[in-house]
Amino acid sequence: MAEGAPAGHGGTGGLNLHPLSQFEITPLIPIQVGDLNISYTNSSLWMTIAVVIVFALMALPTRGRALVPGRMQSVAEILYETTANMLRESAGREGRQYFPFIFALFSFLLVGNLQGMIPGSFTFTSHLVVTFALALVVWGGTTVIGFARHGAGFLKFFLPPGAPTWAAPLLVLTELISYLSRPVSLALRLFANMLVGHTLLKTLGGFVFVLGVAGVVPLAVNVAITALEFLVAVLQAYIFAILSCIYLNDALHMH
Amino acid sequence: MELEAAKLIGAGLATIGVIGAGIGVGNVWAGYYTAIARNPSAKDDIGANIWIGFALTEAIALYALIIALIVLFAF
Repeated sequence: MAEGAPAGHGGTGGLNLHPLSQFEITPLIPIQVGDLNISYTNSSLWMTIAVVIVFALMALPTRGRALVPGRMQSVAEILYETTANMLRESAGREGRQYFPFIFALFSFLLVGNLQGMIPGSFTFTSHLVVTFALALVVWGGTTVIGFARHGAGFLKFFLPPGAPTWAAPLLVLTELISYLSRPVSLALRLFANMLVGHTLLKTLGGFVFVLGVAGVVPLAVNVAITALEFLVAVLQAYIFAILSCIYLNDALHMH
Repeated sequence: MELEAAKLIGAGLATIGVIGAGIGVGNVWAGYYTAIARNPSAKDDIGANIWIGFALTEAIALYALIIALIVLFAF
């Protein structure tokens, strides 16, 4: 932590109330290979839990394959149908073969974001390296699909049809910049939402301690923000997945 | 000026960017309700798309807050 960070949380005993301390990565099982640090961290632990939860949610309730679904099977089916609709509406029929990837992406991020709402847990989506890696996979994957499908014709993607020739250099440049900034904005959106939301909760939590009796006010605000954070957690996973579908559609159909 | 004071002022200035996102999110919902008021049957067609518009606009505010956090904690 940088020296001289605002110290507004005095007199709270051993509690570490710094708003950013919740994002600290601590190695649980230190593994060092040469210069490479591949420790099993708290971030990896929560990712493992997310995968286990998704797997359990999909595998266990659907084992009975009831025609009339029970409660848990309904949850699994809703998750499946939401993703299937999202993909069908934005990428069309050809997008169906990429359903497993989009579904894995959506459910992983959804569970990961919601895990962050458990007090004391770790939100792995609040780290830029995680979201940027996922965004880079989506962006690189759709680019490869685009070139595999259209060959060099995919380069026409950067020149909108019907544009005047004299404007071509400017348009190509603009389209290129917008295309290259896709993974950055995709990653930054999810990362910023999770980081800022959780920092806000903790900052307001600090006010509750400092203000004493008047701390009821920030506590009430905190409750409202917690509700908003649940909305944001679901929404941002959805946005990430649907933007991936839209990029996929661009690669499959070119505009 | 002391570095500490400059940091706090800079972080405060960075949050001005939130104004734009506030106007943007207001526009999104204003457009949504105008559309539904004019044509109530369009509600299902708009569906989840409004949330995409909302989230894309809302994210702009967070970029400003990220800058504020960088100014405060990264230097």
